[in-house]
Amino acid sequence: MKLKIIIFFILLNINSIKAENLKANKNEIFKNIRCLICQGQSVADSNSEFAQTIKLVINDQINEGKSEKEIYIFLVEKYGEWIVYKPPFSKTNFLLWTLPYLVFLIGGFVIFFIVRKNKEN
Amino acid sequence: MGIKIIKLLTFVIVLFIISVFFISLNKSSFYNTKVLEGQKISGINLNHFSEDRTIIEKDLKKNNFTLINFWASWCGPCRLEHPFLLKLKSEKKLNIIGVNFKDKKSNAINFLKELGNPYNELAKDEFGRQSINFGIYGIPESILINKDLVILKKFIGPISKKDYNFIKNVIKKK
Repeated sequence: MKLKIIIFFILLNINSIKAENLKANKNEIFKNIRCLICQGQSVADSNSEFAQTIKLVINDQINEGKSEKEIYIFLVEKYGEWIVYKPPFSKTNFLLWTLPYLVFLIGGFVIFFIVRKNKEN
Repeated sequence: MGIKIIKLLTFVIVLFIISVFFISLNKSSFYNTKVLEGQKISGINLNHFSEDRTIIEKDLKKNNFTLINFWASWCGPCRLEHPFLLKLKSEKKLNIIGVNFKDKKSNAINFLKELGNPYNELAKDEFGRQSINFGIYGIPESILINKDLVILKKFIGPISKKDYNFIKNVIKKK
């Protein structure tokens, strides 16, 4: 009996976690979509005609079972890369994505060599 | 040797930062739909304005060119472009499809009664859902497509004299 109760609560929690994920997902998407007619605002921040329509369509697509990535692909196809705040990796923006890691690695090497040199001295 | 490397690194980093600022500050940050030209439109499913049917891809292939015009009776600039649309109505190779955007049916009918109806087909987009599929972000906006449903040009804002001439030239060339 105890086991059944435990299983029941586990299942209940799994469902609530899933529901929370979906909600967060939707708001995350809104935050990453640029309101094209606003000044530096995302769709989440704006209540403009355009933002309202985009939110409606994103809601529809979530209900249809589309993933976050699929929704971004759809919107980029219709409006270009400018609509997403986090642009997908491409040959024009590879530096933007790789530079922080490169700087991190180079910094690591510089520190490593300085420490080694100090030890030698 | 170490100091030389640090100096060189600093110089490279400063040069990189300056060039990034130089390039990005010279770049226009205004939204531009040029990237959409040459793309094929798909997934068209527009509700007819007054009849119980939908306008689909097949309906856009009826003529050599189709101009899809998003308008509303509450939109001031739509009145400005209306005379040009009426003039384009006489073009035999051009099909004009009007999409009434987030509007009241009675207001839309009055608008067309007052200014004339330039559209071969009239559709409605009550909640704006279909406008997203066409990459619309404000009205009036118009899209000129060819028989293969490829976007030839996107006109943001009311159609001007220049845009009208452009459309006429494109049709003439064919």
